[in-house]
Amino acid sequence: MISYDIVIIGGGPAGLAAAVSARKAGIEKILILERDKELGGILNQCIHNGFGLHTFKEELTGPEYAYRFIEQVLEEKIEYKLNTMVMDISPERVVTAMSREDGMYQIQAGAVILAMGCRERPRGALNIPGYRPAGIFSAGTAQRLVNMEGYMPGREVVILGSGDIGLIMARRMTLEGAKVKVVAELLPYSGGLKRNIVQCLNDFNIPLKLSHTVVDIEGKEHVTAVTIAAVDEHNKPIPGTEERYTCDTLLLSCGLIPENELSNKAGIKMNPVTSGPIVNESLETNIPGVFACGNVLHVHDLVDYVSEEAAKAGSNAAKFVQNGGKDEAAGHIVEVKATEGARYTVPCTIDVNKMEDLLTVRFRVGAVFKESYVSVYFDDERVMHNKKRILAPGEMEQVILQKKKLLEKPDLKTITVKIEAE
Amino acid sequence: MEKRELTCIGCPMGCQITVELEGTEILSVKGNTCAIGDKYARNEVIHPERTVTSTVVVDGGDKPRCSVKTAGNIPKDKIAECMKAIDAVRVNAPVKIGDVIIENVLGTGVNVVATRNIHTAA
Repeated sequence: MISYDIVIIGGGPAGLAAAVSARKAGIEKILILERDKELGGILNQCIHNGFGLHTFKEELTGPEYAYRFIEQVLEEKIEYKLNTMVMDISPERVVTAMSREDGMYQIQAGAVILAMGCRERPRGALNIPGYRPAGIFSAGTAQRLVNMEGYMPGREVVILGSGDIGLIMARRMTLEGAKVKVVAELLPYSGGLKRNIVQCLNDFNIPLKLSHTVVDIEGKEHVTAVTIAAVDEHNKPIPGTEERYTCDTLLLSCGLIPENELSNKAGIKMNPVTSGPIVNESLETNIPGVFACGNVLHVHDLVDYVSEEAAKAGSNAAKFVQNGGKDEAAGHIVEVKATEGARYTVPCTIDVNKMEDLLTVRFRVGAVFKESYVSVYFDDERVMHNKKRILAPGEMEQVILQKKKLLEKPDLKTITVKIEAE
Repeated sequence: MEKRELTCIGCPMGCQITVELEGTEILSVKGNTCAIGDKYARNEVIHPERTVTSTVVVDGGDKPRCSVKTAGNIPKDKIAECMKAIDAVRVNAPVKIGDVIIENVLGTGVNVVATRNIHTAA
């Protein structure tokens, strides 16, 4: 069986950053396995700008951002395989992969980094009534068609869901000559970034209808009309509020789901809130030597944070390999919990001895909070209380923990992140 | 006095900015958390600008389309015209990131440049 020190599943932003970081940490034999015909992942179809302000201090488009990392992978001569599907990861870190060129083969990995990214929630998961004609696309599929293949999915468009991809596609379809009639959002707020609402909807006078959903799709062969209606506080459509839009296309931008079939099969413990693996301070799953980063771990708002997180996974995987393929002995383990407004945290546990001097704990809130506080408790003692003008579910939040503060508390059991009004 | 509420687009923070102005004279800018926000708000109320991104057709390349952007911002009211100019262009492979696709688009002083590499078709 061929063997590599680190095998990275996925050649998108997370996989690329993890690979570069592991190489910089001194690992020679690294292999990236990528399903698509090129590296870069979803960034290749995200041709809009706004990427990389944190990482590169300039505003890049998706393909440009991806290329900054692809370039480093090429310079470092890190090996990668394209058109390759990973079929299985065993708890012993044997990776089974398949491609037209190489057939089915197995690789013994010293460490594995999960960087498979996420998928869009499809129509089948949304319970939309109506016919099942052609003309219904996930926003990301439409994005790939328009931006990479050069096809227009349609001319008159209704969009359900106001996630960032849906907003971006509202502008993109408009610029390409389509008429985007309305964006309907089930929730009373948009999950998309403010800047996208301004630049993608307001700029083109596209109405955003909050607390609205699709109640009917017409058309036997192809979409001919979509009806939306207002919903009550239980998300039930309110009779009498129906509005019918003639259109040929319905785009769905209704959330992203980490792609964890491989992780589940490998026996990796999952967090039901994020649909991603439960990880410790090293971004390591319950299987020693298997690390996770990027959107497969939890859906991020900015790619910059994906790169940052993936770099940590890369250096931690390197440490595991350099330690002879095992974790350092466990020390004082503290549980990290999210309550009262905070939905989850990454990581879920911290080994105080292994954590870096500064550890970023990322989380998301479950609703919109204004003029509120992000608080951190060490057991019952409040140790952090940061005022925020606005906290929104669409944006990832973080708190930074100092190792020296945790070392001062040898009896600490639980760190809790919560949102407080005062 | 006029009061304008803006959402900053300078970075993903999306600061809520309030601009007070008298005609075209700006009296105050509040709510921004950095210099980009101040600059954005002053520009946005007087002469709004945007970066335009799209694609052009590629001949002889390993991909049918090449993504492009205006290398800087152009006036917001020129977006539609800029799209027409981009639409009229065909390029030949190979293309490199940063290659100028349209020089000085619509006399704005801004070039349209490629944002990805396209190799010659095998």
